[in-house]
Amino acid sequence: MSLPSMFSKTPRSAKPDRTLLLLAFFLITSGVLLVSHNGPLLEGMGTAGQFLKNPITEAFFVSLFLANVLFAYLWNAAPWARALVGAGSLLLVLPWAGREDTSLLDLSIQIMIFAALALGLNIVVGLAGLLDLGYVAFFAVGAYTWGIFASPRFSEVLKYYGENPGATNAGTLAIGLFLTVVTAASMVYINRLTARTAPTATSTWSFRLAAFGLVAGLTLAARATVVLMSGQAAGLANGIDPGFFWLFLALSILAAAIVGVLIGLPVLRLKGDYLAIITLGLGEVIRVLANNLDLYTAGSQGITPIRSASVPWFNSLAGALGFTEDQHYLLFLYVLVLIVVGVILLVNVRLDRSRIGRAWIAIRDDEVAAQAMGVPLVQTKLIAFATGASFAGVMGMIFAAKQTFISPESFNLFQSIGVLSMVILGGMGSFPGVILGAAVVTLLNLRILPGLGEATANLGIPQQVNPGQLQRLIFGIILVTMMLLRPEGLLPNKRRTLELHHDDNQEDDSVDGNAGALGNTGAEVYSPGVAPTKHEDPAGGRK
Amino acid sequence: MDLATLLPFLVNVIVGGLVLGFVYAIIALGYTMVYGVLQLINFAHSEVFVTGAVVGFEVFRLLKGVDMNGYLKLVIALLAAMTISGLLNVLIERLAYRPLRNAPKLVPLITAIGVSLILQDVLRVIEGLQGRFDLTYTLPAGFADKFCAATSSCAPLGNFLRGVGVDLQLKDVILVVVALLSLGILNYLVNRTRLGKAIRAVAQDRVTAGLMGIDSNRMISATFLIGGALGGISGVLFGMKFGTVNAYSGFDPGIIAFTAAVLGGIGSIPGAVLGGLTLGVIQNLIGVTNILGQVVGSENLGAIDASYQRIGAFIVLVLILIFKPTGLLGKSNVEKV
Repeated sequence: MSLPSMFSKTPRSAKPDRTLLLLAFFLITSGVLLVSHNGPLLEGMGTAGQFLKNPITEAFFVSLFLANVLFAYLWNAAPWARALVGAGSLLLVLPWAGREDTSLLDLSIQIMIFAALALGLNIVVGLAGLLDLGYVAFFAVGAYTWGIFASPRFSEVLKYYGENPGATNAGTLAIGLFLTVVTAASMVYINRLTARTAPTATSTWSFRLAAFGLVAGLTLAARATVVLMSGQAAGLANGIDPGFFWLFLALSILAAAIVGVLIGLPVLRLKGDYLAIITLGLGEVIRVLANNLDLYTAGSQGITPIRSASVPWFNSLAGALGFTEDQHYLLFLYVLVLIVVGVILLVNVRLDRSRIGRAWIAIRDDEVAAQAMGVPLVQTKLIAFATGASFAGVMGMIFAAKQTFISPESFNLFQSIGVLSMVILGGMGSFPGVILGAAVVTLLNLRILPGLGEATANLGIPQQVNPGQLQRLIFGIILVTMMLLRPEGLLPNKRRTLELHHDDNQEDDSVDGNAGALGNTGAEVYSPGVAPTKHEDPAGGRK
Repeated sequence: MDLATLLPFLVNVIVGGLVLGFVYAIIALGYTMVYGVLQLINFAHSEVFVTGAVVGFEVFRLLKGVDMNGYLKLVIALLAAMTISGLLNVLIERLAYRPLRNAPKLVPLITAIGVSLILQDVLRVIEGLQGRFDLTYTLPAGFADKFCAATSSCAPLGNFLRGVGVDLQLKDVILVVVALLSLGILNYLVNRTRLGKAIRAVAQDRVTAGLMGIDSNRMISATFLIGGALGGISGVLFGMKFGTVNAYSGFDPGIIAFTAAVLGGIGSIPGAVLGGLTLGVIQNLIGVTNILGQVVGSENLGAIDASYQRIGAFIVLVLILIFKPTGLLGKSNVEKV
């Protein structure tokens, strides 16, 4: 969202210039946002202050403010105005208002975390067409990667292994390292051999054996390291040094990507509904493991407190800007999340225009045809899984640092479906769309529904049925109505709009309407060779 | 615990698993029938069956004070649950799936997930407005008693069961009988009647069936009606078996039943039953591995307990889909391009 000018590729000469309107809208909404989040000012305003403080009106004004950024991207205005409004909103006005009201910063971080998740899922579902219902598992992997090490949990683990060493440490470490090196070398060797000749059954099996050995070697080495370190347990009672945050930022990406590949490998032969239910299952498996591996994850109690990075120069900068001590880490995380989302967006846009992106879309549209055209199926799908997962992993880690507490309940199926509904609401395959979807759904979830719940609490409705608890209903309605009425989403992908348009003109497809649009994507618009409709289901009722 | 006491215990576990398996089998039939005709996983089926469970609960609650034969109450509960679940399923099909009949597969799948979420909250709100959330089944008197505890009137089956040390309640026996009866009726309906023939024709090829004068939309509705009615039956059985139901309790049995349908070969009726029974037994065995672990003296086995039951179903699912995607009794489906 912070890079609106990035998208200004096509000239929109047909539309009127809206520079002034954009600036005016920016100034007004910023003013309202600043006023409505200024506690002392609201106190003095009496009833109007009460009105502005109400969660629903607050959500309304926050939405209006965020719409700035959207308009900066959508409207036809001078490039400098669009850049100014986009950057000014996110870097200046929002932190400024957040200084008076920390919950606003908190909310913005949540929105951006979910935006990154939605962008990641968008790669898997929107671009590659693989419905993943266990997406939140990768989020969990990232969160636990940091959570275990940056909390008292780590010293518990060390203590446990110190008391139950299992084997002699130095010897095990040596064996483990030896095994790791040997198996890794043999994997590389086998890979080289098979690169020249076709793989045989023997080579395949020896490769698998070597991979197994590699895992065993790493496990041994890791265990021995933990045992060797167990003397340090007392010194690490609060977890590792926060300076490792940056290293772990890379590690969480890696860990989530590896888990993505591991989950992806066995299930990539499956399509559509089977894939959905398997990923749902594997996501649940990770949650159940988090719930039961008490030593590492503290089970259902959850891990707390989790430390955040300490960045002294940033803290002094924040202090100079007038932020109080306890707001420093929130501001830091806000800026960090903003940068990460920007990077993810950039990666997304680059990937979308790359060879890989086109391969994903080809697979989404017709797997068999894509394969026939030479798209390596497994590799391409795995890259999609791993990329999507790594976005979730890095955000999971930031989430853990922000909440300072994680438990398996933060990573249930319902969260996955929430992210899915963001992607669908915004428009599968459309980057600004999914960010919009994330903003809308998060605002709905964290502000509007609880606000409605508060407002109706005194009306005699039982606590358990108040609107604050109707998230499932809302998500369900979003999913169903979007699929029935507007499957391309609120802000459709341009390519998809073109195809929709093409759809409307073709009399053959006209009955499909919007519903058919998703299936007809990708086929060259005027290509005579590719049938525009997928005739998987030849018994369509309309014929 | 030694082997001599373990053996009857294991027998008990397996018989209990089979009883549970019948519940899963009936739920699995609901998935399998819809999948057979539409090639769509009806995610909302787990909520349809919970609706059946809730209706059954309400009927038992309403009839609690009425002086009536317990079996008659059960029949009324089953009929009510069948009707409402069946109609609900037809309604879902009409509103949510039919408009998307020609859309790519991902679209109705997402819709199904959405419908399932909507139904969960609607059920919760409906029951919640009356102050009920976790519904506890109070069955007619006698249903929870031991099957043939001390009497000799129920020989020879009762004597045999007692002889091998199997501990069953009357409701378990009723459950199996109801499940077998509905299986028999379903089998007759699908294989012996004109309606069944028409449904099978539509499942095979919708266009050709249409050319032969079969109204495919009506047949699909009929399939959803039958599937929903089966969901209603399984809901009541589920409520009887587990005693408590709430709006969200469809998820676990839904997943297990879906796994059962895939295990047996999705689209195959005997396959769904076989899969259901297998998974019921597997689930019960996973639940007692910690006891087995004590016997074998393995600490690792002991750490696996009932909380891993869910994982068990998923691992079975992954393994089948990798090694035998057509399931045990399914036919292979050649992909046409």
